[in-house]
Amino acid sequence: MDQLFVNLKHSILIFAGNFLPEWAVILISILISVTAIAVFGPVTMMYLTLLERKFVGRIQNRFGPNRVGKWGLLQPLADGVKMLTKEDIVPKGADHFAHFLAPVAIVIPALLVFAVVPFGRNMVAVDLSIGILFFLALSSTTTIWIFVAAWASRNKFSLLGGLRSVAQMVSYEIPMVLSVVPVLMVVGSFSTVAIVEAQSGWNWFVLTPWGLIGFVLFFLTGVAEVNRTPFDLPEGESEIVAGFHTEYSGMKFALFYMAEFMNSFTISAIVSTVYLGGWQGPWLPGWLWLLIKSYALILVMMWFRGTLPRFRVDQLMGFAWKFLLPLALLNIFAAGVWLAFARPVNYLLSAIIVALALFILYFANRPDMPKKRVYRYAVE
Amino acid sequence: MFGFGVLKGMLVTIQNFFASYFSKDHLTTVQYPEERLSAKERYRNFPFLVYDQAPEDPRCVACDICAKECPPKCITIVRDSDAEGKPLKRPKSFDIDYSICMNCGICEEVCPFDAIFMDHEFELAEYGRFEDLMYHKDRLLKPNDHFKKIRPTDATRIDAKLAAKTQKPAPPVGN
Ligand code: SF4
Ligand code: SF4
Repeated sequence: MDQLFVNLKHSILIFAGNFLPEWAVILISILISVTAIAVFGPVTMMYLTLLERKFVGRIQNRFGPNRVGKWGLLQPLADGVKMLTKEDIVPKGADHFAHFLAPVAIVIPALLVFAVVPFGRNMVAVDLSIGILFFLALSSTTTIWIFVAAWASRNKFSLLGGLRSVAQMVSYEIPMVLSVVPVLMVVGSFSTVAIVEAQSGWNWFVLTPWGLIGFVLFFLTGVAEVNRTPFDLPEGESEIVAGFHTEYSGMKFALFYMAEFMNSFTISAIVSTVYLGGWQGPWLPGWLWLLIKSYALILVMMWFRGTLPRFRVDQLMGFAWKFLLPLALLNIFAAGVWLAFARPVNYLLSAIIVALALFILYFANRPDMPKKRVYRYAVE
Repeated sequence: MFGFGVLKGMLVTIQNFFASYFSKDHLTTVQYPEERLSAKERYRNFPFLVYDQAPEDPRCVACDICAKECPPKCITIVRDSDAEGKPLKRPKSFDIDYSICMNCGICEEVCPFDAIFMDHEFELAEYGRFEDLMYHKDRLLKPNDHFKKIRPTDATRIDAKLAAKTQKPAPPVGN
């Protein structure tokens, strides 16, 4: 079971190798991987929308979509048909080319990062030696297209959304990268495959003191990166209409949505890869483990969405610069200490460092509550 | 304590999520076409005409009071007459334009013969905007049993009143 998809691809290639030249077999091998990702990505996205609507619905004590097909399972298809048949409106003052380009281009990085996600043993499209770097770099280019969309719409709400997106990106990219650094230090490689292999046999990084903090940091900044609640300021419905996609309708809007959901999936998959042991796990096949872990993280994202209100801009910035960034730096120190000492001592030392860091940052970040005023001469 | 409100909130939402699978209180949606809530007795929607024995013999005597009182004037009554042209105490045609009726219930209040009442029917969507929402006598007439079923309290009161009336001799006409 573990190697099901790998064997499937292998047998197709052997079959093709019987009557095709070698270069064609290589081409087919690439095509199979690409097709698998190009199908898996959008299908995941479609059903994530359904999952989210059901989950948030249950949180709000209602059913969520349950009319189209059993349990609403055909709802994503119905939505797809609706999106495709909707009128595509482009504002008169918009930059038509950029307005068209942004939603198309935003999907590309979202799909490309699938390439470095190790779905199982031997199940990675390309084992890049700079896998994590590739992921971090590509996933942050999404913001460029969000800003292009915002700028091209020629709408003040769009532009505000785009500006917020850039500001958020700049702040959260730093703790995000820093939160992966401990893992890179310990593993000594950027490759996602190597990172998973370093966690074999229940050596998941999340089970170390620095790993726990790193996991939370990476996950939170990841949520911020994909603009999901409570970090969804770029599209804050209650403040700036719909933010950067105010002027988008029909399939172009759907593409933004697709990029957002695929990014949520990849960020969850990468977080599980880096901190939760990736496809490692007992009994079940590896690819299933990765899916279970990433879906669990996605459910947590949806849980956030069902619970938390949106951050204010200053809270958002304060959280990144005053809490996440110093914590990430101290976490790297804790990981260094963990590496430098022998087994039982290092856990203790890094736990102390992490706990101290949390304690100090917690109290340093407490909001300044104005004291309750006492009116000495006022009459009751 | 600062920061712990978030955790508290998350606890509340996840409790709601799981409770929605087990407790009816946490999933209050009524799946409308399949399940429905029973209407309250005093609910009113559109008027209908009552008959006691046969639809040919409605309680309505075509006095035209309701048509006159109806604020948007959506009731049209034509009195029936016999072969010699003598007017009869029953309507030849009784039309209510449901597309105009505003559900005020004044027709029910003013009818001196307890012949018209407000119904509970609300699934009235039609394809024809004007012709299908114009309810004629045949669609308006419903048996007294229907009235008893939807509004038992009012029905018993009115039935008792009518029974008392038939037993008493007609009051003498004032001099
Ligand atoms: S319904 Fe009542 S008020 Fe209207 S015409 Fe008939 S008897 Fe008169
Ligand atoms: S309910 Fe009001 S509007 Fe409707 S028919 Fe009766 S009097 Fe007219």
